[in-house]
Amino acid sequence: MRVAITGAQAAANAMRQINPDVVPVYPISPQTAIAETFAQFVADGIVDSELIRVESEHSAMSAAVGASAAGARVMTATAANGLALMIEIVNIASGLRLPIVMNITNRSIGGPINIHCDHSDAMMARDLGWIQLFCEDNQEVYDYNFIAMRLSEHPDVLLPTMVNQDGFITSHTVENVELLDDKAVKKFVGEYKPKNPLLDIRKPVTAGSFSLPYSYFETKRQEADALDRAKVVYPKICEELGKITGRKYGYLERYMLDDAEVAIIVMNSTAGTAKAVVDMMRQRGKKVGLLKPIMFRPFPYAEIREALGKIGRIAVLDRAESLGANAPLFSEIQNAMFNSGHKPSIQSYIFGLGGREILEEDIEKVFSNLLSGRVGIEKRYIRCNGEEF
Amino acid sequence: MDLNVTWQKKPQAGMIDKPGTAIEFKTGSWRGFRPVWNSKKCIQCVLCAVYCPENTIPVKEGKRVETDLDFCKGCGRCAAICPVKAIKMKPEGEFKK
Repeated sequence: MRVAITGAQAAANAMRQINPDVVPVYPISPQTAIAETFAQFVADGIVDSELIRVESEHSAMSAAVGASAAGARVMTATAANGLALMIEIVNIASGLRLPIVMNITNRSIGGPINIHCDHSDAMMARDLGWIQLFCEDNQEVYDYNFIAMRLSEHPDVLLPTMVNQDGFITSHTVENVELLDDKAVKKFVGEYKPKNPLLDIRKPVTAGSFSLPYSYFETKRQEADALDRAKVVYPKICEELGKITGRKYGYLERYMLDDAEVAIIVMNSTAGTAKAVVDMMRQRGKKVGLLKPIMFRPFPYAEIREALGKIGRIAVLDRAESLGANAPLFSEIQNAMFNSGHKPSIQSYIFGLGGREILEEDIEKVFSNLLSGRVGIEKRYIRCNGEEF
Repeated sequence: MDLNVTWQKKPQAGMIDKPGTAIEFKTGSWRGFRPVWNSKKCIQCVLCAVYCPENTIPVKEGKRVETDLDFCKGCGRCAAICPVKAIKMKPEGEFKK
């Protein structure tokens, strides 16, 4: 069924069809649109999820951890400062190997306070053992929620996943979304069979007990291994959903990349803008291409390296600063290309912080810079007053 | 508990998959001060047993017996609550000579 809905409604509809046992959630812009849409489903009796209206995000993630450890299928959502407030428990969720799926409407964490889009929230959480998927549009938000659920709950993985969409830009923009039948979703996500639920009185277990220097290290080694395994099972889950929807999913999307001389790498909604620029420049005979990473954690180094091939000049557009260091996505791309055998020139650009707009002409300028060889080692800032790029 | 078990074989996420295993973990080794009980001074009010946060003072037929040093962490609450000063906290080093 084709419907016109926002990115937030796409996430809420995916949650409706997954019908999780427990949804602890606290409102925060621009995520509130997910929570309120889902709360309406609960109020209307369309889902039988237990919606817990907690008093903060710290409590939301705490309740999510408790419910998930008890054996429930758990989903939640947040953004920005909400993610910052819950972050202590975010790390515990992954540390205890609880397959919680959380939708994030990416928003700057400030200060100064700002409610608009950038990726500083997700990037703050990038090394905490969560799987992170980044979605370009409403359809991807919807589809990747199902992939996230399956991936998180896979017995080889058992890790939580964040499904990221751009705050307001995606979460509050209406687009056509192809919804699956409820039955098809139910069949795809299946029934969650927790491995060691706390509520199983026939097999009593203790979760979250104290882990001293002689035992903690090995649990982190296991977690690193689980993220590696997530990379292995992910394409199979993607392929399985693809058979139902006819759409393609994966670690990344290549757009006009095969014969490209230069390429831009950018995540989330800006990839959509970049595609329009690629089309426009291709019509003028310019061999430009786009690579859109979808999976950011675990990071698909080999797949990125393979996708970029022999492209000589690359621009990485980060919607987040790593203050005092190289930008997050740029760093990973550099790492990926270090062993590529050829040395592409990679330019780092920072854009869109706190919701600053990025236009087609900006992306065209980046392509022009790449084509003319204007590639350097300094960070460049797009549309930041006082900066040339 | 085998401390040398490899990461592959350790229970996932440090989960304890059977009950009652705390008995194997002798927290008494953390103790810096040992409670020394003077049974002659003791009036058997058993307040020490009630206040012990680790439940290491056994009470048999209404009377306390020696502290279980395998699990006593030496916090000294028993000595602090004792109304007749029948418990003294002494540095653990004195017992190792």
